[in-house]
Amino acid sequence: MNTSLPQQTLTGGAPQGAATKIPKQWLADYRWVLLVAVADLALWLWQPTLVTPVLKNTWDYFVEMVIILIPVAVLMGLFEVWVPKQLIGKYLGRESGWKGIALSFLFGTAPTGPLYAAFPIAGMLLQKGASPLNVVVFLNTWAAIKIPQLLVEARFLGPAFMLVRLALTVPSAIVMGWLIQKAIERTGGLDVAPVKPEVAR
Amino acid sequence: MSSLLTWSMYVIVFGALGVLALRDRAKAMQAVKVAVKSFVGIFPSMLAIVGLIGLLLGVVPPQVISRYLGRGAGWWATVTAALIGAVMYIPSLVGFPLAASLLRAGASIATIAAFLTALVMVGTVTLPLEIRHLGKKMALGRNLLSLFFAFVIAIVMGMVLR
Repeated sequence: MNTSLPQQTLTGGAPQGAATKIPKQWLADYRWVLLVAVADLALWLWQPTLVTPVLKNTWDYFVEMVIILIPVAVLMGLFEVWVPKQLIGKYLGRESGWKGIALSFLFGTAPTGPLYAAFPIAGMLLQKGASPLNVVVFLNTWAAIKIPQLLVEARFLGPAFMLVRLALTVPSAIVMGWLIQKAIERTGGLDVAPVKPEVAR
Repeated sequence: MSSLLTWSMYVIVFGALGVLALRDRAKAMQAVKVAVKSFVGIFPSMLAIVGLIGLLLGVVPPQVISRYLGRGAGWWATVTAALIGAVMYIPSLVGFPLAASLLRAGASIATIAAFLTALVMVGTVTLPLEIRHLGKKMALGRNLLSLFFAFVIAIVMGMVLR
């Protein structure tokens, strides 16, 4: 189901030879759509009566998705402009304790990208000395508690579902971060190749 | 479905964009650009999921969905849903309508919550990338614990909501 691999999205389109690459890229992006279309077509040939409810359901969900995705996309655009990603690293890296956790939440709820876009930021935070607890809270908030995502969840599954899941996810993220921090401390620190800090002058 | 929520979102979001445009044209343009980019970016997966939902609801009778994913299906359904959510690689935004369609067709709250929580928090496909940036201990720990908490959250939600 992956329509966009991390590498593609992170680096953006290649500038040269873009004209010839567009149809190929388009085909890659829409391969699942084409597959579904073929399935719909096969169904139409095989069981024509079933196609009407399929198309109706598809259309209903399509309309609903477009209606909700328009404001969500604009919200993402606003976040991108108002909350630059460098800022996240700057503030989170130097805080700790409950204040650090609170800030991790705050920054985790606003971002725009998918989870893999948070990995480089999280890695940078670790190397700047942020606690594993804060970084895990930041990552899990980014993954599960983004505001645009919550709005979509409330729309499709109802506000009660969204709120209960949110109320359970927040403490889970903290417990998870604490457990990972303890485990890392007990097993001799992080195992990611650290970038040597610049020699103190 | 709460359409009031949606329309107030339109008012707030476009109001904010309008205010931004009055104060800083360039920034507002940049926000619009990012908005269009994210919409176009998610559009193919959205279309595919919407098509899949249509097929699923049109072809598979609700009784079947209810039998395999409903309350009577037992814990294996919830475990399977969490594992599927963990390995599936779709934008989480399009996971919600898929989950909603299954819920409406008779899947249980716990199973849907397990699927969604694992989908948003566990990233099997992106695990190598995560290990490269955060190290094995942290990446594996985060993903395994997320899967575990997906079950915990699912069980509690199954008891609290119905």
